[in-house]
Amino acid sequence: MRVLIDQEKCCGAGQCVVAAPAVFDQGEDDGIVLLLNAEPPAELHDAVRQAIRVCPALAITIEE
Amino acid sequence: MSTQAETQGSSSEQAAVPAGCPFHQQEPASYPMPRTCPFDPPPALRESRANNPLTRVRLWNDQVVWLATRYDDVRSLLSDPRVSADSGHPGFPGQSPGMQLMRKNYRTFMSMDPPEHGFQRRMLTAEFTVKRIEQLRPRMQEIVDGCIDAMLAKGPPAEIVEDLTLALPSFMICDLLGVPYEDQDFFQSRASIIASSKTPPARAAEVAKELCDGYIGDLIDRKNTNPQDDLLSRVVVAQYQTGKISRQDLISMARLLLVAGHETSANTMGMGILTLLENPDQLKFLMDDPSLLTNAVEEILRYVDVAHSGRRRTAMADIEIAGVVIRSGEGIIAHNPSANRDVRMFEDADRFDIRRNTSGHVAFGYGVHQCLGQPLARAELQTVFGTLFRRIPTLRLAVPFSELKFKDDMFVYGVESLPVSW
Repeated sequence: MRVLIDQEKCCGAGQCVVAAPAVFDQGEDDGIVLLLNAEPPAELHDAVRQAIRVCPALAITIEE
Repeated sequence: MSTQAETQGSSSEQAAVPAGCPFHQQEPASYPMPRTCPFDPPPALRESRANNPLTRVRLWNDQVVWLATRYDDVRSLLSDPRVSADSGHPGFPGQSPGMQLMRKNYRTFMSMDPPEHGFQRRMLTAEFTVKRIEQLRPRMQEIVDGCIDAMLAKGPPAEIVEDLTLALPSFMICDLLGVPYEDQDFFQSRASIIASSKTPPARAAEVAKELCDGYIGDLIDRKNTNPQDDLLSRVVVAQYQTGKISRQDLISMARLLLVAGHETSANTMGMGILTLLENPDQLKFLMDDPSLLTNAVEEILRYVDVAHSGRRRTAMADIEIAGVVIRSGEGIIAHNPSANRDVRMFEDADRFDIRRNTSGHVAFGYGVHQCLGQPLARAELQTVFGTLFRRIPTLRLAVPFSELKFKDDMFVYGVESLPVSW
């Protein structure tokens, strides 16, 4: 799994950080999504899919 | 979470009659519809989800707009770039004379579209990140413990809305923004007058001027001359003093920050406490297993969803959805509390169940306008529900349920007062 984020679309709601804190963070200066791990291990895949489902700005996608 | 296919045939919302064509509907129903149970959205919304997921409704000002009631349609409309949140469009479903005025003269990013929306919202996103809010937890705990100490010291009965649920968000907003706590009553009461559909336009205009141009204008001028270590001062220094935001826009933004996280959080807490008291089996699950706290709060958010006025938008193009075409320029209300009770998304959706899968609820909205303060609201709710019943396990209503009054006709739903004993 390869995770892609769109910082332009991101609205800083922080849902991804709650869903998958090992994969997503928010920039300290702007609150916008940061990718901590673009190729997360299998045990985090469900959490990433969860983050995609709850992201209100549709700013996260994956390539599998 | 159940898919639509799974619920077909067994759904409690199965259409009793063939889906009606909205263009041949009778007179549009008057909106908002009446509730019959204080915990549930109006039954007409359930009817609409089953038979007419996109239906026409008539507002207080005789405006006729679309009402979306199903989960998928609500999410799809709120994330559709052809749907505008700009309240300046003639078709925009007006909330009340006061809110119409506020949205015109005191615009915030809530009623802006991209890219203008993102430009202003991003002036604040760093202040509400999950990590920043985590740092406020010790202070929240201190406030909640202080409120409960005072209740216990005074002895029963207590009025928990006044003593706890309004107090916590009030303290947090004042701390965060750097506003004197004594000013709370003033600005919250003015905000309620403006939001009420019963306030005549001239009165709303007068109160808006008093609150915004008077009180908030002075506040911003003070921060500008003497910036402190608070959110408003940081925005003044980084955005206003550098010319990125005008004084008028900053006043509007500050008003939003002052009022948006107050009644919404407080009323969710009040309704949540009442819901747990009325569902003792669920309360017991929570007390026996504190690891359920996070999900219990999400279930409270889903189940009580106090934003019962609905999210208001205007179509900027013809949009085909759920068998109808919303024409460009027509107003839309996306009803999130109804979406949160959609059995196509949440199994047995009208049941309060703190152990269910709550993921994907839309109590904070959906799309780029989703609540900016949600990490703050969640932390406040988790602090209250992680503390109250642990410290007062015998908490109970001090009056018969039938004596409780609910905020049916207010912008944000809730219980007016909640007398408790122990």
